[in-house]
Amino acid sequence: MGLYRNEMVQDTILLVGTRKGVFIAASDAARQHWSLRGPFCETWPINHVIADATGTIYAGGGNAWFGPAVWKSTDLGKTWSHSSAGLAYAEGETPISAVWSLAAAHGVLYAGVEPAGLFRSDDAGATWTEVAGLRNHPTRPDWQPGGAGLMLHGILVHPQDPKQLWVMISAVGVLYTADGGASWEHRNLGVKADFLPEPTPEFGQCVHCVAMAPGQPERLYQQSHAGMYRSDTGGRQWVSIQAGLPSGFGFPAAAHPRDPDTVFLLPLNGDTAGRFMPDAQAAVWRSRDAGATWTALRHGLPQLNAYFGVLRQALATDGQTPAGVYFGTTGGGLYTSANEGGSWSCIAPHLPAITSVETLLAG
Amino acid sequence: MPADIAVILPPALLPLFPGCPRRLTLPAATVADAINALEARFPGMADRLRDSRPAIRRHITVFVAGERAGLQSPIPPGAEVFICTAVSGG
Repeated sequence: MGLYRNEMVQDTILLVGTRKGVFIAASDAARQHWSLRGPFCETWPINHVIADATGTIYAGGGNAWFGPAVWKSTDLGKTWSHSSAGLAYAEGETPISAVWSLAAAHGVLYAGVEPAGLFRSDDAGATWTEVAGLRNHPTRPDWQPGGAGLMLHGILVHPQDPKQLWVMISAVGVLYTADGGASWEHRNLGVKADFLPEPTPEFGQCVHCVAMAPGQPERLYQQSHAGMYRSDTGGRQWVSIQAGLPSGFGFPAAAHPRDPDTVFLLPLNGDTAGRFMPDAQAAVWRSRDAGATWTALRHGLPQLNAYFGVLRQALATDGQTPAGVYFGTTGGGLYTSANEGGSWSCIAPHLPAITSVETLLAG
Repeated sequence: MPADIAVILPPALLPLFPGCPRRLTLPAATVADAINALEARFPGMADRLRDSRPAIRRHITVFVAGERAGLQSPIPPGAEVFICTAVSGG
């Protein structure tokens, strides 16, 4: 995921969420030299950092002492404020522990939370209102948590139609609305849930990440707990594109900024094998043909003792030409490529565990 | 009008509310009153101290005159309310 404010501007800014605050890295035009600032947000655990179309930065997380909030900076991180006004369930319900995912589109800011629910802000993060239709879904009593809890960890908004959204919930799957969130339907057909007694249920799939292809909002790439998939029908039907990958298990997926056939992944060695880089050798995997074939991109990445993982929101592309690709590891390494994954550099090896990476182009 | 009581806030809370002192004096008869009074002075602070059940947040502890307290605990006139964060994490 990335934000491309203006094709003419040059500098890439990386928005990095970590277990201990937000970091911001800024490049020169060549994307070879980077400067890092942070930690911001009082070292709160932050799950996702994004920027909206105006360049305002939002960071969602939850602090073990002080609860969930969305932080905001209108000056590229120099100063911050926070709010959770309205970001709450009714009295008596299990309280919200953390914000997991953010999305900004069509003048609306969305927040996905744990326990799974969706909130929207129409005043740039000052106040929040629940999109209650989601939790009113008739299947809600049967939603079960994944390993990290029952959280809404992914939000995609249709680029032209503000009423169409996809949300990702573990371990429920993909849900879609065409009416701005009043009603929702499961969209998991074709996705396995091989950890359940019924391997192809209507819902219960452990979706890890869904990326939308540029210019083709009906094309979605899904990294699931149980395989890698593509849909060309907005999630109505999914097909496996796992052949050629070292593993069907991984967390993130990132689309190319312009080519709907190009997608990037970071498969791990398996859900019960430690969830490391396969053979402890790091690689980003790229397809140029919508998942028909895959290429491992290793140049500059550690090929010995790489016992790290990469979380679901910690892989991103930028809007430059060629596209930059960026990821952060659970071991706190921040890696960049200025040539679509052809070669890699580690620009910050010792950050806290990285939960998210997003890009912003600034002049 | 309840009597004024003293509230001592946890240091980690203060950077979230610029200008907030660690020790305040405000009118409150219960812990819930005190949190509402804090919210009136520093909007958003109540969310940081109590959750939506409502209850004092799990890793926040409130002492009234040295005794562990809940939201409905009374605050005797002149008592001190000490709010602290758990010693936890890594």
